[in-house]
Amino acid sequence: MRRERQSRVRVPAGRSQRPVDSPAGQRPVPVDQQLEVPFDVAQPAVDAPPAVAAAKPGEELPRAEAQPRIRREAARVATGPRVAADGEARQRGVTRRGTAARQGRSRASVASGSSGGDIAQVMASKQREISISEFFAKNRHLLGFDNPAKALLTTVKEAVDNALDACDEAGILPEIEVQLEQLEEERFRVTVEDNGPGIVRNQIPKIFGKLLYGSKFHALKQSRGQQGIGISAAGMYGLLTTGKPVEITSRAGTGRPAHHFEVVINTEKNTPDTLVDTTVEWDKPHGTRVAITMQGLYKKGRHSIDGYLLQVAVANPHATITYISPGEEGGEERLVYARTAEEPPREPRAIKPHPHGVELGIFLKMMQNSSARSLRAFLKEEFSRVGDKVITDLVKEVTAAGLQVTAGTPPRRVPVRDAEALHTALGRVKIMAPPTDCLSPIGEDLLLAALRQRVPQAHFYTAVTRPPAVYRGNPFQIEVALAYGGDLPADALAEVYRYANRVPLQYQRSACAMTKAVVDLPWRNYKIPQSKGALPTGPLVLVIHIASVWVPFTSESKEAVAHYPEILHEIRLALQESGRRLGGHIGHSRRVAEEEQKRSYIQKYIPHIGIALQEILRLTDKERERTVATLTATLERSRRM
Amino acid sequence: MPKRISQAQLGGIRKKNVQADRRTVELIRATADEVNTRILKQGKPDLKFPVRALSNVVYAENKGYFEIGRQKKVRTLTVNTVKAFAQTLRMMSLSKQLVETHDFATKRDAYYQSKNWGAAMFQDQTESDTVMDDIEALFSVSAINREQLRFIPDEHGGAVAGELVVYDPDLETGEIERIDCTRFGSGAYSIPSLVEHLSFETEAKFILAIETGGMFQRLQSHKFWKKANCILVSMSGVPTRSTRRFIRRLSEEARIPVYAFVDCDPYGISNIYRTLKVGSGNAAHINQFFCVPGACYLGVTPEDIVEYKLPTHPLKEVDIKRARDALKNDPFFLQHRAWRKAMEMLLKMGVRAEQQALAKWGLNYVMEEYLPRKLKSVAAFLP
Repeated sequence: MRRERQSRVRVPAGRSQRPVDSPAGQRPVPVDQQLEVPFDVAQPAVDAPPAVAAAKPGEELPRAEAQPRIRREAARVATGPRVAADGEARQRGVTRRGTAARQGRSRASVASGSSGGDIAQVMASKQREISISEFFAKNRHLLGFDNPAKALLTTVKEAVDNALDACDEAGILPEIEVQLEQLEEERFRVTVEDNGPGIVRNQIPKIFGKLLYGSKFHALKQSRGQQGIGISAAGMYGLLTTGKPVEITSRAGTGRPAHHFEVVINTEKNTPDTLVDTTVEWDKPHGTRVAITMQGLYKKGRHSIDGYLLQVAVANPHATITYISPGEEGGEERLVYARTAEEPPREPRAIKPHPHGVELGIFLKMMQNSSARSLRAFLKEEFSRVGDKVITDLVKEVTAAGLQVTAGTPPRRVPVRDAEALHTALGRVKIMAPPTDCLSPIGEDLLLAALRQRVPQAHFYTAVTRPPAVYRGNPFQIEVALAYGGDLPADALAEVYRYANRVPLQYQRSACAMTKAVVDLPWRNYKIPQSKGALPTGPLVLVIHIASVWVPFTSESKEAVAHYPEILHEIRLALQESGRRLGGHIGHSRRVAEEEQKRSYIQKYIPHIGIALQEILRLTDKERERTVATLTATLERSRRM
Repeated sequence: MPKRISQAQLGGIRKKNVQADRRTVELIRATADEVNTRILKQGKPDLKFPVRALSNVVYAENKGYFEIGRQKKVRTLTVNTVKAFAQTLRMMSLSKQLVETHDFATKRDAYYQSKNWGAAMFQDQTESDTVMDDIEALFSVSAINREQLRFIPDEHGGAVAGELVVYDPDLETGEIERIDCTRFGSGAYSIPSLVEHLSFETEAKFILAIETGGMFQRLQSHKFWKKANCILVSMSGVPTRSTRRFIRRLSEEARIPVYAFVDCDPYGISNIYRTLKVGSGNAAHINQFFCVPGACYLGVTPEDIVEYKLPTHPLKEVDIKRARDALKNDPFFLQHRAWRKAMEMLLKMGVRAEQQALAKWGLNYVMEEYLPRKLKSVAAFLP
């Protein structure tokens, strides 16, 4: 990974916080340069006008790009001083490891060790706002870009998620093509193309060049994406590692022009910089195509793109997914997961938050932003399941707590202290569970059909969709499917495909509530061997899906579901049900096998009864044959199943 | 010296043996016939075995030994049991063949015989032993023991010396061999594995069953049997099947009592003597043939330890456990108050004494003093 981790950080004034770590050996860069032109020109190429700088903090000389990375690093160190000059000439910003600690305007006074007040002054001068993009550029692991192999997969994942979400929202059966091209040993180009509704021209740069820009964060609705970070973060990663912009082609409907954009994210300002904006010829009537060039590592196996797309296909039976990967000797391999369902899933409905699922901070903010004239109206409008009965009960609670506020108080006038008590009181009032028709599970039949199709080597399949349930005011629904036996590896641990809103979860397996639920279940009750504290062992593939308006992930990279007791409980129930079915199947198979075995006993041992009786009773051969035939008939009659 | 048996009597012995064998064959045939008839009637044949579990063992007070109860386990011929059924029938066929050819087979022999049975062969000897035990139990109901089925144990019996003539028909010729047990010099007659066909002639007054070979040798070498007019039998620990059967048959046919002379410790009393007299709970189905209910206990008794001032060793942990267990659970001890008292006394003293402890008073003290004195008061022997 890159070494230029530091970027300039400004913390709010008045907080005596030291800027982030500042390794030794960094070279100062004139501060005016930093502030005004903080970005590298990523690439002198691309038809971008020179004035539009590609955001690329800490990137090397453009010339050096063709060279291997390590050598570039070395060259950079060796030619250090010159770089600053180069940077100036090219309007480069911080190319060094410079941080605010050594670059402040009052650098001299710091060095001379001035008095306390001065220090505060000095520090104040260093304190400034942190751009969200900068934050994530430094903390890319939070978004799933910890290493080159994972970065590649995360990029595919984000692009595919967006494509599927767009298609589903538009009610289009998705046709998605994922292409991976290997440009160099560690450089790849990921292209994801869909037949979705397309993106209108104005939105394209923001969607791909601005973090936390999206439509899904504020809607309480089941969707794959949530925060609007994913694809722009992938673009940012590509930019950081290769200097290449994100290329987007999109047509928002038949007859409209196909727009082609090349966008980079300005990490300091968290805004998109558009390098190219043209219309192009494109054979798709509608859809979007996004291409990101990035450093990466192509791997097969559990965390591979192939495996990921297979899992996507299982949870999205209505989608056709084509994967074009680098084949042997420069060729390409084409893998197609054709759809098994011809109906798009029911479009999930957005719901208002449930009072029990809202945290205090958000509650306060909602009150601040509300234009409602009274608390009564505010609560009824902004939340689900709040009616007169709830208001009456709430008023009782509030009065009992001795608060001044009434149902008629305008929400913006409620003092913070009372708002807190109000929030607590709301938690005590009995409120109906939130509506659950906002969820769109895959469904037992489709899940079963998809699993049969995608994991064809098993011989037993089952699927369970639980009724919706609620955690912390958020509706959710659990589905479990399993494939067992056949040619699946019998002596390996079971494979667990985890899904959240149809998105496969790839990493942090052991931190996930789903894994915990599987490990905690006594699989031996279902005739599957299991070591203590481990996944069951056997030819078993488990699919666990949580559909929710808000899936509680343990981190922003959305890799593991948090251990809410309600969620664990529901997963457990679903696993138990499918486990019971599996146990029944295994029991039956064993009985059938035993039956076969016993049937062979008849052929094997009855002749010996004949021989023994013949010897003892001195029977003729004919008599013996009669005895054997009669006994065989009698026993076979009794075993008929 | 014993009187000679007449030719007519020998003919009778021969006839009796032939009859016994005929009965065995007939029972096997009848069992097989029942099975065959049932099959031909399109039914599932079954065999009824007495349940061989401790729950089905009762102590027969009037007979004085453990007996198998009335519970029967019915094994019906189904697909599940077809293998065991085939093996049982083939084993019965083997038994019939052995009787008819006046031959015999040990457990190991029978196991190897099965290797000729193709699919019905036994994989290891435990399998064939189980089937053999089943057949033994099956026919024990008809008072036929395993030896009569010509399945004999591997171990032979103990040694015999004294006023006894054994008539042993030759397997091949049927000629009866006369064995005089007084004429073995310092050696002894060894009880064969199979004793069913033997006949006896004796004028001895009792049988002395001795625990150790050493004591037996002393009494034999000094011809104690002549002095006491008795038959000496060496048991060498817990008596084998054939030793027990030999003593049983001899005492019954000659109508003479059996006196046991063993070490004074819980093992000698509750294992050796008790097994000789009433058999064991584990093999209750064979006790009717093997135990010697008429036996009584000459010594060494706990009282002897005091009376003869015998050197002792402390009781071992296992001895104490065995004694307590016997007092608590063993129907034999529950039955005999005298034995409970003796065992309690032994536990109280906390010591044990061996037969050879009498050597304290001189090597031949046992036959010059101890045994004659004991034999004067036979009525005082422990039951």
